[in-house]
Amino acid sequence: MGLPVAFFALFFAWPVAAIVARGLRADGTWHLGRIADVVARSDIRHVLWFTTWQALASTALTLLIALPGAYVFARFDFPGRQVLRAVVTVPFVLPTVVVGTAFLALVGRGGLLDELWGVRLDTTVWAILLAHVFFNYAVVVRTVGGLWGQLDPRQEEAARMLGASRLRAWRTVTLPALGPAVAAAALMVFLFTFTSFGVVQILGGPTFSTLEVEIYRQTSEIFDLSTAAVLTIVQFVAVGAILAVHAWTVRRRESALRLVDAGGTARRPRGAGQWALLAGVLATVAVLLLLPLAVLVQRSLGGSDFGYYRALTKDDDTFLVPPIEAIGNSLQYALAATAIAVVIGALAAAALARRDAGRLVRGFDALLMLPLGVSAVTVGFGFLIALDRPPLDLRSSWILVPLAQALVGAPFVVRTMLPVLRAVDARLREAAAVLGASPWRVWREVDLPLVRRALLVAAGFAFAVSLGEFGATVFIARPNNPTLPVAVARLLGRPGDLNYGQAMALSTILMVVCAVALLVLERLRTDRNGEF
Amino acid sequence: MHTKTFVAAAVGLGLITLSACGSSSSGGQSSGDSKTVTLVSHDSWAVSKSVLADFEKQSGYKVRVLKSGDAGQAVNKALLTKDNPQGDVFFGADNTLLSRALDNGLFQAYEAKGADTVQPQFRVDPGKHRVTPIDYGDICVNYDKAYFSKHKLTPPQSFDDLVKPAYKNLLVTENASTSSPGLGFLLGSAAKYGDGGWQGYWKKLKANGVKVVDGWEQAYNQEFSGSAGGKKAKADRPLVVSYASSPPAEVVFADPRPSTAPTGVSYGTCFRQIEYAGLLSNAKNTKGGKAFIDFLLGKEFQQDMPLNMFVYPVVEGAKVPKEFTEYGPAAKDPEAMAPTKIAANRDQWVKSWTSLVLK
Repeated sequence: MGLPVAFFALFFAWPVAAIVARGLRADGTWHLGRIADVVARSDIRHVLWFTTWQALASTALTLLIALPGAYVFARFDFPGRQVLRAVVTVPFVLPTVVVGTAFLALVGRGGLLDELWGVRLDTTVWAILLAHVFFNYAVVVRTVGGLWGQLDPRQEEAARMLGASRLRAWRTVTLPALGPAVAAAALMVFLFTFTSFGVVQILGGPTFSTLEVEIYRQTSEIFDLSTAAVLTIVQFVAVGAILAVHAWTVRRRESALRLVDAGGTARRPRGAGQWALLAGVLATVAVLLLLPLAVLVQRSLGGSDFGYYRALTKDDDTFLVPPIEAIGNSLQYALAATAIAVVIGALAAAALARRDAGRLVRGFDALLMLPLGVSAVTVGFGFLIALDRPPLDLRSSWILVPLAQALVGAPFVVRTMLPVLRAVDARLREAAAVLGASPWRVWREVDLPLVRRALLVAAGFAFAVSLGEFGATVFIARPNNPTLPVAVARLLGRPGDLNYGQAMALSTILMVVCAVALLVLERLRTDRNGEF
Repeated sequence: MHTKTFVAAAVGLGLITLSACGSSSSGGQSSGDSKTVTLVSHDSWAVSKSVLADFEKQSGYKVRVLKSGDAGQAVNKALLTKDNPQGDVFFGADNTLLSRALDNGLFQAYEAKGADTVQPQFRVDPGKHRVTPIDYGDICVNYDKAYFSKHKLTPPQSFDDLVKPAYKNLLVTENASTSSPGLGFLLGSAAKYGDGGWQGYWKKLKANGVKVVDGWEQAYNQEFSGSAGGKKAKADRPLVVSYASSPPAEVVFADPRPSTAPTGVSYGTCFRQIEYAGLLSNAKNTKGGKAFIDFLLGKEFQQDMPLNMFVYPVVEGAKVPKEFTEYGPAAKDPEAMAPTKIAANRDQWVKSWTSLVLK
């Protein structure tokens, strides 16, 4: 417990507090009256209102579209399932700059919808909502589907044997078991859409603004640190309240679940209804997720003979190295970030899952999620003024990149592991302890075999998030070792065919690297269970 | 056991990664090192490898570069870390941000060697020499040549032209509050029509169907039909607010190179942007910083700049590459505004522009 607390205090709470204090303190006195002034402004209220309702609508739409997907990926066995499950996660980890461009090809002018039905959604709120589904589909599929696959279907079958209807069996057996996972997924989607930045900027145009966009504007462009500080506090309070409510509902629904290996629960679809469901989910995935990604690939292939790809290997004066080296940089940073996130996140989850955990510890549960709800620009500016003295002058150190990425990755590790850890039957641990096992041995022999699947999923998520992370990474970007998203953004920032093409080619490479990484993880977890 | 092997492999891999990162970055860790000079700049900073190597060889300093986001972000970060700066020299404060930097004491005085070779119209801060002008560029409307020849229409040439019915629904520009070309275009119109007149101009522009997007990337790569990205995105706006140097970029970054630029510049719509460098207050290596500023004003760097950052040199007699003279020469008579005037009005103008154009 000590390590995660220290980590978050040092690399999250302190920098954020420092930048907020910088905004609200002048000449040694606090100016808390600023809070009321800013919140009373009608433009700020407008931003608050839009932020909230678009996040609610996005979350609802994502659940609606992705829950059938979670079911299909968890329960049905069909060729290409693993590849597809890895691929649907790719949008989640790609930088929005890139995917925004691709998404416009679907809903924008001359896009698929336009050509088929003459419907254009760019600069409407629908483009924002659909893009949020596109980005967050994987959150639901992986969080809910991960648990769904491990629920013993025989429990539901037993209920049906006892006379319950299909719906009733599902409602009384499966739904309560899934509840915490659905809540966790909904919470994450809500957090991402509540703090949405790139999607809103690119697809919504300048008339739509979320709190996050406004904080960025006030900090980065206008340099009004006191308004930015107030907005940060508002966002903080809002996110904190949501997290507290969530923690409460999850605790109420907690119950020990019987978990089984996911490999044994999936079977080929039977009957017309199940085949139709599978077809529907696959069609949705193809249109909503694969098509925009395919556009990226198509645009990267322009020019003669893979010209854009070949150009990537040449020395480039913008980076002082060939852009292709960004792949190595990205992988190094992401590996380091994953290692940190898994250690911190697993320790935190283990502490949180203890039955005897006090109120204080359980409160920490909600706090761990806060980094996902605080703007990257706030954290980044906080780093600049908080971590600027030896021994912690980390502002120009490479470690700052993985640290910042781990900050975003660790909550995923906690979120993914906690429901599974909590579901471990405490009596198993007690039995082991009674038989003389040390606490470490209990963890290794009882918890680890049950949670290693979740641990790998968590590591995969943390890794993928780190690969695509952009906001924190640009802060320490060194010209001679940019990460993939940083390199893409820089190429997109210059005019000319070759720059645009190289940006598309690098995006395609990033996409493939992510997909491969996720596929390896899918393989790892089945290999170790010896089922494949 | 599989688990152990996996954990061992993961830990090993992690350690290798850590040491690999560590060794590759240990070279320039301490910015207080008198052998290293650290430049803080924005993302557009670029220089030819050979030119930078020449400086390192001649001066004996190693150059470390920290890129810090877009120009506004970079200046703001430098201001936040003023007392304990991340580097020695800052490059990239332009005339729209200069007063903010000067008023907050970001720079210390240094008169660069070669300051007398700077063309007189770019010199600022006389007597104090807190900043040195390094380059300039013009924010201008670009047009898609193919569109205008296909529709047998003359491209617009001035601010006045843009509100004519012939050019209805053709122009896309950037949000003045989040984008530097967007702000430049607003300031250009304010310089042209005066404090009292620019709002009326924008009302007409809005009535004539100007489209506003958030950033340059969206405007140029997704909405503008003349750019490489726009063609792929089937963009339909043939007029965009960009730079006078964008057409040469369309030629230089094309393979094979076209015989002429696909886009042109409406020279009567330009606003001049000048970029400055300065020695940071509390810089740890002032000697190295001074040498680096001298290098920025030297001919070798000045002539190298255009094809790397797509800007024009400020020193007299610096040669500009042929692509620039042919496809994107600097404007002869651009709109301009003093940094103090920009500082005094900027926030208010952006605010009223926002409610006028976006609401």
